[in-house]
Amino acid sequence: MSRRIQEHPILEFPRTKEITIVFEGRELVAHEGDTVASALIANGIDVLRDSMSLHRPRGLFCAIGNCSSCLMVINGVPNTRACVTPVSQGMTVERQRDKGMMP
Amino acid sequence: MLNVDGVPTLDDVMRNFPSEERLIKGFVAVHECYQDIPCNPCVESCPVHAISMEKLTTPPVIDFNKCTGCGNCVASCPGLAIFLLSLKNGSAQVTIPYEMMDVPEKGEKVDGLDRYGRKVCEADVARVVKLPSLDKTSRTTLVTLEIPRELLPVVRSFRRR
Amino acid sequence: MIFTDVMVIGGGPAGMNAALTAAESGAQVLLVDKFQKLGGQLVKQTHKFFGWADRGAGTRGFNLAKQLAAQVNAHPNIKTLLGYEVIGGYPDQTYLAASWEDHVKISAKKAVICTGAAERMILFENNDLPGVMGAGAVQTLMNEYGVLPGESFLIVGSGNVGVILAYQLLQAGAHVDAVIDVLPKLGGAYWVHAAKVQRLGVPLLLRRTVLGVYGTEHVEEAVTAEVGENMEPVAGTEMHHKVDVVALAVGLMPLTDLFQMLQVRTEYIPELGGFVPWHDELGHTTNPNVYVAGDAGGIEEATTASLGGSIAGLVAAKELGFPVDENRIQEYLRALSSFRESSLSKKVLEGIERMRGDSNA
Repeated sequence: MSRRIQEHPILEFPRTKEITIVFEGRELVAHEGDTVASALIANGIDVLRDSMSLHRPRGLFCAIGNCSSCLMVINGVPNTRACVTPVSQGMTVERQRDKGMMP
Repeated sequence: MLNVDGVPTLDDVMRNFPSEERLIKGFVAVHECYQDIPCNPCVESCPVHAISMEKLTTPPVIDFNKCTGCGNCVASCPGLAIFLLSLKNGSAQVTIPYEMMDVPEKGEKVDGLDRYGRKVCEADVARVVKLPSLDKTSRTTLVTLEIPRELLPVVRSFRRR
Repeated sequence: MIFTDVMVIGGGPAGMNAALTAAESGAQVLLVDKFQKLGGQLVKQTHKFFGWADRGAGTRGFNLAKQLAAQVNAHPNIKTLLGYEVIGGYPDQTYLAASWEDHVKISAKKAVICTGAAERMILFENNDLPGVMGAGAVQTLMNEYGVLPGESFLIVGSGNVGVILAYQLLQAGAHVDAVIDVLPKLGGAYWVHAAKVQRLGVPLLLRRTVLGVYGTEHVEEAVTAEVGENMEPVAGTEMHHKVDVVALAVGLMPLTDLFQMLQVRTEYIPELGGFVPWHDELGHTTNPNVYVAGDAGGIEEATTASLGGSIAGLVAAKELGFPVDENRIQEYLRALSSFRESSLSKKVLEGIERMRGDSNA
């Protein structure tokens, strides 16, 4: 399922290079210029982490680095904001399920 | 109602409506801008200086006799609140600024909608132009519909079938 | 350590204009933004802007952002530090900026803080379920990254942000179920914005609130109800909306963390969006080396943010001893007050008056 906008009356979304990121062991197609959050949501993945004590699913809320709804483990580093982190080839992304430990 | 949902009533519209005599001569711009928004691109866009404004924060005044119906102001209005109306040659036409994907083609039949998006008639697309025609990201499409005469003050939107 | 005359924090309309006027006055400027790209929230606005035709009105927001960014990038006195967030400010005018991999120390004689605002949240059942998003987040995903986070949307809040989002969603091909507001009338949107959305068939449902959203791992349904005079939901008026995103456009609050760290006095001014750094019309705060412009100083809009940025940049440069034409400052101030002559600015003006009044108490 792709949620990428194909046509728009005003905006232009130039096709950028496709790259691969690895989400929970699964390869996903992302576009250069994506943030981790936009790439995951484009692939239909809305649950970005679990809440710390009740383990409820959490998704994107502000998308501009102000809240902490999208903290994920990115390239092994926990508490990384998926919404302001650009994707790169081969990047590993995991849902964060606890408060996060530094590697 | 304007102060409830921002939509003008027919009374609001008719308070500032061109005469039949003027409409028969051809297209004329009519605005539905009732708030003191600090904004003036319509004034600057008019090649014949038919639109005036006391100051930045007063609504525009269109001189229907000076207006040539060119449509520059329709495309320039950030609020998409200016329309062109005409009764020339016995045909009632309204020009609507349109920024959606689904641009209709000339000759197509569409549903004419009122200010709440309710279908009030069938309409024929008489003309489609893009102004200013620079690049895709700057322009606004102007769609002209032929509609029943009595609905000239009513139809302000459309839907493709 | 990076040394600079003026550090501008935030690359939106306020910050880019502040960087430009300070640089034009001869100051060395460092513009820092946590995003990889300049533009702030202008980049997600597809509508043509209101204001003066000779100051960018009639140009779409994202095109304004491009024009300003091009000027910033072309100016020899401006360096940009993108992808870095200023996370610390210290009494000796040094600052710490961090990126994901790295951090850098900055020594700036003056700082102009234009950090903007964050979106507010409201209470309802399961409001933490994925699919409940800030309206700005939907705009960012859709208009910056070209990604639609759902198919059918319910928008909560009928201020400009809410109705503009409805319009942008229609442009991107999504379905907008409704725009709701708990108030008995339009919640502050320009009438023309509200009218253009309604004539495309989007219902505006007033006196209505969200009771909750339901779904297993994502919003599948939202339930709303009418409210009575006491704002309590009225039983029997529930509506079930089959939507997968509920976008909250229930207001913004200034981001003031840095001001507090820098010992700037903040005041609670509801008309300006909550806690704001006390500031005068030139952008001075209670810390002589710290200035403010844009939504960080009170929620308003992009044109006033731009003007405020231009003023603060000139004032910071002037106070560092660079030659600044006083007429330019006065011209921007006059533009700001003529823009605010509109009755739509009444609330903001009351808030500003209260903020300034509080300082004398």
